[in-house]
Amino acid sequence: MAVQVRIPTMFRRYTDGEATLQVEPGTIADVIDQIERRHPGIRQQLLTEQGELHRFVNIYVNDEDARYLDRLDTKVTDGDTVALLPSVAGGGPS
Amino acid sequence: MRYGSVLDTIGNTPLVEVPRLSPDPSVRLWVKLEGQNPTGSVKDRIALAMIEAAEAKGELEAGQTILEPTSGNTGISLAMVAALRGYRFTAVMPDNASRERVQLLRAYGADIVFSEGAKGTNGSVALAQKMAAEDDSVYMPFQYGNRANLMAHYEGTAAEIIADLPEIKAFVAGLGTGGTLMGNGLRLKEHDPAIKVVAAEPELGELVYGLRSLDEGYIPPLFDPDMLDGKVKVRARESIVWTRELLRREGIFAGISAGAVVWVAQRVGRRLARDGGGDVVCLLADGGWKYLSTEAWTQDIDTAEAQVEEVLWW
Repeated sequence: MAVQVRIPTMFRRYTDGEATLQVEPGTIADVIDQIERRHPGIRQQLLTEQGELHRFVNIYVNDEDARYLDRLDTKVTDGDTVALLPSVAGGGPS
Repeated sequence: MRYGSVLDTIGNTPLVEVPRLSPDPSVRLWVKLEGQNPTGSVKDRIALAMIEAAEAKGELEAGQTILEPTSGNTGISLAMVAALRGYRFTAVMPDNASRERVQLLRAYGADIVFSEGAKGTNGSVALAQKMAAEDDSVYMPFQYGNRANLMAHYEGTAAEIIADLPEIKAFVAGLGTGGTLMGNGLRLKEHDPAIKVVAAEPELGELVYGLRSLDEGYIPPLFDPDMLDGKVKVRARESIVWTRELLRREGIFAGISAGAVVWVAQRVGRRLARDGGGDVVCLLADGGWKYLSTEAWTQDIDTAEAQVEEVLWW
């Protein structure tokens, strides 16, 4: 078992169309490094030049926004799911 | 109870314990039924607050048109308040909002301008801002950036929760404009800084994300990420499952986002149980009536999920 990374449609042009990637456990920063090595170009979509998470990108670990965990230092382990999603405004319930 | 106007019946909604949905014996789970407001959603609170604030500032004159981007609930509430206060109202909404929301808006006398459904509420915001820029006779409350939105919860919703349940340990609500979470969060943390404020946010269909570029990202000006202690995304499927559980096990007929909030509260409650437990409040934004056409309660789960994903359920 590895860590599953779900790639939304808008980022798949950087992953040769792949919707799911398998990576090794580590931190979210390690996960992004692994994806970047395989598919160069995606890092600058996710992170700013300063290496911070882009404000319109949310990274979820098992559905929880990593900003409220340990951000890029959040650890992921075998069986975890990481999802990369653009932020969206809702409107109904709030 | 007697009231001089339906506007006076806004707020003071019931806080109901739902013991059969508690994830742990040490956790008491409560739901605040915002569907009990006159148009059936929490948005009655902010519609009244935003219009009263504009009147107080002299920004609204009798007969003027109010324009607002909305996925439905805010529009219905604004249409109701506008009609009673003598304003015209135009809603800008995605063309995939549920049929009942469109019917209700028309029933309350609103004009509707549709934006592209695939662009969600972001598309409505952009179109409404363009329309307002081209016509300075309209007044746009703009719930995404209007402080009266937040204050309606600070002075109303959260004050009611604290009066009813001063020992509250965690609060869960859906993330849309951010007004509910920011206003309640501010007041609850003033009451007790240890209270956890957690957002449920919808995981929208691939189609919605796929059509966007990062440049179209939109963070509501009211939203301050530091107010939250956690944010959890919820798929339509889990939302439907828990919306059904609310009805089946507790007799509560709430909108689909309510299921998402109760699902997130399961996680929050289990975490709280490890620290000795306590009381968790879920804000249920609306009743189930406006979602009947999605067959969310009546179809098998796969069909229901597919039908809910076709409409704007958040």
